[in-house]
Amino acid sequence: MTGTPTPAQIAARAEARDQVRTELRSRTVGGRTEPEAATPRVGPEEVTGAQSIVRSLEEVGADTVFGIPGGAILPLYDPLMDSAKLRHILVRHEQGGGHAASGYAHATGRVGVTMATSGPGATNLVTPIADAHMDSIPLVAITGQVASSSIGTDAFQEADIVGITLPITKHNFLVTDPAEIPRTIAEAFHIASTGRPGPVLVDISKSAMQARTTFSWPQELQLPGYHPVTKPHSKQIREAAKLLATARRPVLYVGGGVIRSGAADLLRQLVDLSGAPVVTTLMARGAVPDSHPQHLGMPGMHGTVPAVAALQKADLVFALGARFDDRVTGKLSSFAPLAAIVHADIDPAEIGKNREADVPIVGDLREVIGDLLPELAREHDAHGKPDVEGWWRQLDEWRHTYPRGFTQPEDGNLSPQHVIQRVGELTGPDGIYVAGVGQHQMWAAQFISYERPNTWINSGGLGTMGYSVPAAMGAKVGQPDRTVWAIDGDGCFQMTNQELATCTINDIPIKVAVINNSSLGMVRQWQTLFYESRYSNTDLHTGHGTMRVPDFVKLADAYGCEGIRVERASDVDAAIKRANEIDDRPVVVDFTVSRDAMVWPMVAAGVSNDDIQYARGISPAWDRED
Amino acid sequence: MSRHTLSVLVEDKPGVLTRVAGLFARRAFNIHSLAVGPTEHEEISRITVVVDVEEHPLEQVTKQLNKLIHVIKIVELEPESSVHRELLLVKVRADATTRTGVLEVVEMFRARVVDVVPDSVVIEATGPAAKLDSLLAALEPYGVREIVKSGTLAIGRGARSITDRAFERSVRSHAATGTA
Repeated sequence: MTGTPTPAQIAARAEARDQVRTELRSRTVGGRTEPEAATPRVGPEEVTGAQSIVRSLEEVGADTVFGIPGGAILPLYDPLMDSAKLRHILVRHEQGGGHAASGYAHATGRVGVTMATSGPGATNLVTPIADAHMDSIPLVAITGQVASSSIGTDAFQEADIVGITLPITKHNFLVTDPAEIPRTIAEAFHIASTGRPGPVLVDISKSAMQARTTFSWPQELQLPGYHPVTKPHSKQIREAAKLLATARRPVLYVGGGVIRSGAADLLRQLVDLSGAPVVTTLMARGAVPDSHPQHLGMPGMHGTVPAVAALQKADLVFALGARFDDRVTGKLSSFAPLAAIVHADIDPAEIGKNREADVPIVGDLREVIGDLLPELAREHDAHGKPDVEGWWRQLDEWRHTYPRGFTQPEDGNLSPQHVIQRVGELTGPDGIYVAGVGQHQMWAAQFISYERPNTWINSGGLGTMGYSVPAAMGAKVGQPDRTVWAIDGDGCFQMTNQELATCTINDIPIKVAVINNSSLGMVRQWQTLFYESRYSNTDLHTGHGTMRVPDFVKLADAYGCEGIRVERASDVDAAIKRANEIDDRPVVVDFTVSRDAMVWPMVAAGVSNDDIQYARGISPAWDRED
Repeated sequence: MSRHTLSVLVEDKPGVLTRVAGLFARRAFNIHSLAVGPTEHEEISRITVVVDVEEHPLEQVTKQLNKLIHVIKIVELEPESSVHRELLLVKVRADATTRTGVLEVVEMFRARVVDVVPDSVVIEATGPAAKLDSLLAALEPYGVREIVKSGTLAIGRGARSITDRAFERSVRSHAATGTA
């Protein structure tokens, strides 16, 4: 019946619609259907907009904020001073605040919070926000904006930060009505922390902070377009289990999603049950203990030969929270050419983005793996365990022939790999290691053994030099009882070391190992390999035999840190032990290392993973046994 | 390259068009036409976007669009099962000697004259893009002085409504997903 609706039908539809709208508006933060019973109501209280922000942050469960005040956010800093629940840590640069919030989120799994003023304060947050976007870090950035009457007039310190951060946030808000503050902050934390986590920016006008308003909690979320799928489809789970139970050359390809989802324990069960080899990407180091016998290490451009080779020769690549990044796949068309692909991720847009999936699974990895385990056990009961013995013989041969290792530098200087390895060995798996970007980052991923999730923190997707010191600071604030080492390079360290002041003043005793090769090492390595050793603009003059500008030991001293210089292999252990004993101030150890050390193995950019070089000029002979 | 018409249901919030358009630009998709307007639900706007892309990137852009918080639902409207229309206003030279000819063309295309001055007329026409192209070709000899066109609007044939279902679905899944 498709005729004209009667007035009664129209009225009925309108009523149904109204009911739906009422329902839409009645969902509260926490998603409980009985909000009044679940959470005691707070308010309404008469407050200023600024107080409303502080109250909202308290109620949403934030405990630490990294930020710097300025004109447009001044009203917020006044009530912030009185908050007993929020610890505000005054950083020295907004970028440091953003990365610190990211390090805090990395180390704790909770939402990191950063604050900045309008204009330059906000634009200085662009890098950490983009970084968090690439690495799926739950982050909430609160920025002051000029008074709403001045928006759009090119007022002093005005920048359209909502426009600027559109492509690098999961979502962002501009708030000019103080009444919207509590709900917006509740939504920001909800969006940042659920589904695929990411950064959310809340830009609040100064006039909204100054105006009188009411505060109440909990808040109704109004997000009709946001409903991440967490529960995987059972048919897909059965298909995936069937493939995993029958593959002869399977590989579990584990990405950072496993860590974000908190699924490391379940993953361990899956590794044990399946008997399959596992590789952990740069973002997933620690998701499976490195000591696990089935762990082949890191895949990708600087991955282990066994990990790279296993993916290339696999008949099944079982991807869990990984995104087939170009640094992992190498030349995409020749990546894992023989493999069927199972791809599980909470973000549907990742599936099929780079490599088509034979079995796509959308869901939270905790649920995905939780559902897979009984299904895989059922498959094993029904058809027996798959025969992967031949596969393991091959893998073990690769492991035996191509173990991780490095050669001592010919110039007699310190080996950077040795230094990093010893930092890991002397500090142990309970430590947290936070890297910058470059050679030292790769060595820290390769030569430190990770046994727990959230102990390896780095900037993977964006590759942000300068990440290490501020992120280590944030990690230490989130995990004050753990030893936190920033493994940094001399280039990176000079980008953000001003946060050492924040560390000293606020009693955040991080340790910094500057792997000082007196150059932009990774760029220099590429110049050595691909630009005929023409070293254009990569010399930093910080190492031995140079002007040492700056002198990192003096710089440490100036910041109230303990500064130690190490130039000989025989002093490495003593320096690391001394650093680990100091707990009343930050420590900077300037390890002046050989600049000729290079990161190996390596798959050059854009070439096939089959062409991995174990060391310069040494390529594995794949088919020797044939 | 092939042409696709997407109906994107979005929350009626400031900046939502920028978010959608920005996503297309960022992922290097060419927007052929764009039209935005209200729907029967006051909270929901509807964006009709016509893009030139391959099948695979279209799926990718749809998934990326779905990730925008303000996007509620996306439907691709296939030409055979939907009605597509554009609105055209065109100003054509028409004096005493040519006006009859112009009016004949207007008549033939079932268009309308909405403004007349001694030496020109403004013509309003609606229809699928091909029809409007033919109309313009027929008017060309008289002297086209100014053209303005809406983006394509499209709606599925038959009784089903994508907005009703989208609205109910969004509420249901919001309730089911919970928030925490």
